[in-house]
Amino acid sequence: VSDDAAPQVMFTGDGAWRGVRAILPMAPGAVAFGLVYGFLAGERGLSAVEIGLTSMLVFAGAAQFLALELWREPLPVVGLVLGVLVINLRHLLMGPALLPWLVHLRPTKAYASLYFMTDETWGVSVAEQRRGGRDAGFLLGAGLGLYVVWVVSTVLGSAAGDLSFLVRDWGLDYLTTAFFVALLAGFWRGRGDALPWLVAGGVAVAAKWSLPGTWYIVLGAVSGSLIGAWRDSR
Amino acid sequence: MTATSLLAIFLMGAATYATRAGGFWLARRLAPGPFLRAWLEHLPGAVFAALVAPMVAGAGPAGWVAAGAGFATMRLSGQFLLAIAAGLIVYLVARSAGLTGV
Repeated sequence: VSDDAAPQVMFTGDGAWRGVRAILPMAPGAVAFGLVYGFLAGERGLSAVEIGLTSMLVFAGAAQFLALELWREPLPVVGLVLGVLVINLRHLLMGPALLPWLVHLRPTKAYASLYFMTDETWGVSVAEQRRGGRDAGFLLGAGLGLYVVWVVSTVLGSAAGDLSFLVRDWGLDYLTTAFFVALLAGFWRGRGDALPWLVAGGVAVAAKWSLPGTWYIVLGAVSGSLIGAWRDSR
Repeated sequence: MTATSLLAIFLMGAATYATRAGGFWLARRLAPGPFLRAWLEHLPGAVFAALVAPMVAGAGPAGWVAAGAGFATMRLSGQFLLAIAAGLIVYLVARSAGLTGV
């Protein structure tokens, strides 16, 4: 990767604060799903310490809900780890988009920031990059903001009782979708995006019916981006 | 907490971190040619479309209308919070108006 003429990339507390603010709209949804996860995990027999530890070490909603489905005595350790690995494979496709920031950081900072990368924090960070943002602290700030909210609400959830009606009645199940639709709209660069997006979205919808886990994201993203690359480099 | 549950939680965390760090780790070691560069250029948008399309498709008619409203609000105003609010409000209104089920 060449960085000649690339403007200076920074890593400041100010950038981190802007990251925290950018992820704030996601907080009500994260709290609600965190509380529900904590409650269901408690029902499954996980202690508050185990719930907190899982949220701190895994920090991935979809993977943690999947792990609950598989959680029974004796613990299927290999199945749990493989399931979590497969559902998180989409992260592999997200890391490269952060190259323009992370490649300029010391490896310790880059790899520490990546620990907190989720769908949501990756989304707001790539949007910030496209607006010309040069402060890589943004990714870490957004990640830490969501991390604190998630860990605290999942632990509280184990004591809170069944709150899933909140998610249903207040439309919080749709908040995540509304958040991602707005981000996606901000990503639109012009008609050149139409074909790759249609292919990615179409393949993903079709694959979701037929494949387990989150393979549909991997499959959709790879086919859409390959079509775009093939068209542009012909 | 047992030793086995501790091990399972720790290994799940390690597997997740490997996927978070792995894409960047690999990409920074590649010297991309024109095709790879074009591919990386299209990847973020495609990941997004693949993430969002099934969410919207599965949300039923109220979700489809709300997604259209949110997308249009973002394109017209450029205001992220406004677009989220528009999507959520249209969803709740459409759902209470009986626009549910696929």
